Amino acid sequence: MKYMLLIYDKEQDWAKLSEAEQRQVYGEYMKFTEGIIASGNYLAGAQLHPIATASSVRVRDGKELVTDGPFAETHEQLGGYYLIEARSLDEATSIAARIPSSRFGTVEVRPVVERQAEATA
Amino acid sequence: MSEASETLEQVFREEYGRIIATLIRLSGSFDLAEESLQEAFASAAANWESGGAPRNPGAWLTTVAHRKLLDAVRREKTKTEKQIELTYEAERLRTYDEPAPPDEAMEYPDDRLRLIFTCCHPSLSLEARVALTLRTLGGLTTSEIARAFLTPEPTLAQRLVRARNKIRIAKIPYEVPSLNLMSDRLAAVQAVIYLIFNEGYSATAGDSLVRRDLCAEAIRLARVLCELSPGEPENPGLLALMLLQDSRREARMNENGEFVTLEEQDRSRWDRREIEEGLRLVETALRQRSVRNYQLQAAIAAVHAEAKTAEETDWRQIVALYKELMRINSSAIVALNHAAAVAMSEGFEKGLILVEEAGASGRLDHYYLFHAARADLLRRLHRSQEAATAYTRAISLTTNHVEQQYLRKRLNEVAE
Repeated sequence: MKYMLLIYDKEQDWAKLSEAEQRQVYGEYMKFTEGIIASGNYLAGAQLHPIATASSVRVRDGKELVTDGPFAETHEQLGGYYLIEARSLDEATSIAARIPSSRFGTVEVRPVVERQAEATA
Repeated sequence: MSEASETLEQVFREEYGRIIATLIRLSGSFDLAEESLQEAFASAAANWESGGAPRNPGAWLTTVAHRKLLDAVRREKTKTEKQIELTYEAERLRTYDEPAPPDEAMEYPDDRLRLIFTCCHPSLSLEARVALTLRTLGGLTTSEIARAFLTPEPTLAQRLVRARNKIRIAKIPYEVPSLNLMSDRLAAVQAVIYLIFNEGYSATAGDSLVRRDLCAEAIRLARVLCELSPGEPENPGLLALMLLQDSRREARMNENGEFVTLEEQDRSRWDRREIEEGLRLVETALRQRSVRNYQLQAAIAAVHAEAKTAEETDWRQIVALYKELMRINSSAIVALNHAAAVAMSEGFEKGLILVEEAGASGRLDHYYLFHAARADLLRRLHRSQEAATAYTRAISLTTNHVEQQYLRKRLNEVAE
């Protein structure tokens, strides 16, 4: 069973951290990633650049519209993700709880559609 | 009602949760399990009417439901050769190809416990947990639950469908949680059960018979929880609390349907049997020396239950218990109850000061019991005008007809 862990936090808060504090969180992220690779849960993961670098694309009436900024202006911003393999929702949420950002942001856990039929179910 | 259909109804209530828990474990599907059990009950209704009820109706139903489940699984498999909907249960179905005939060994006592944890999983909304618990473990029909919660039936049905889909798609586990999650999850289960009880106990509008059923169901579920997870003293604590509250059910209303305060209740109408069991449970729970929320609330209810008259109530003991409760639960409502107890043991003046302190944060501004408690103390202190203002505020904040009626009566007294 695959789950997507979407990491949301406040970009401004992150920017406010000192370099040493940022280094520490990065260190924690590295340790966490190594941990889930070793346990076989890791499938993919990445950190995203801030929303200032985001573009949104819509195609309407065959016309491509590209705009500046993220899809939605929210309180917390999507800053990264992990794609994991877990036995159940409990395993997925307990992995999510070990992501460093879960302490100051929010990790959304979403099951991934793995078969055509499930999308229509 | 014929004897057979009476037996069926009784078996339905008693066995539903147990049988369905096993069927869910075997099939991994709430929907298939429920469908099969419904079919089994239908065929029982037909068979028992003509041939009489079997000697062991529970076992009969399990066997038939199990057979129906096999049929359903086979049907589902043929149907899903191309389009597979049963991803969640795929794993279990594979091992289910060559099923053994149902026997005692097929039933694990843990099945119901697993099911309780699934139904009360924190990933489901609280409303969904309550509905799912009543539907799946209690065997209440969708329409009964809808009536009890004054929710339109389609809304409730939709809520159940969404919850089951989420269990299947997000793969909410069907298992007893691991040790590190256990205490949180158990607390979630207890909260759902107590919520069901309170829904039935609070005298709001709605079908009173259904409401009584909710209390009985909550008490039954708490018994199951005690039986399945005996090492946790909060379980008997919760059961005791509900029994002790339920024991006062008859005395809470007079013959005109008016609300009667604890102080004015006719204590001879309290249910002795429930009180005795409640008191016994509190004692056993407290002896385990891990005193928490429900045990303390039950202990407070026990002090009331032990007082033969309102005057004999050991308020100092109650104050001490509320103090203990405040240490572990900093809610303003607990502080309010503590203040009310202090008023009874150390004087209305002192109680009033504490009531106002509890409300100082503003968190109780819209809580009618805060204003009602304040009004009550002001009345006892003969500060009639202030009491009247507070009663008026309390009346405006409750939609409960019976409570409004009581508060109006008091308002009239102080206004005279």
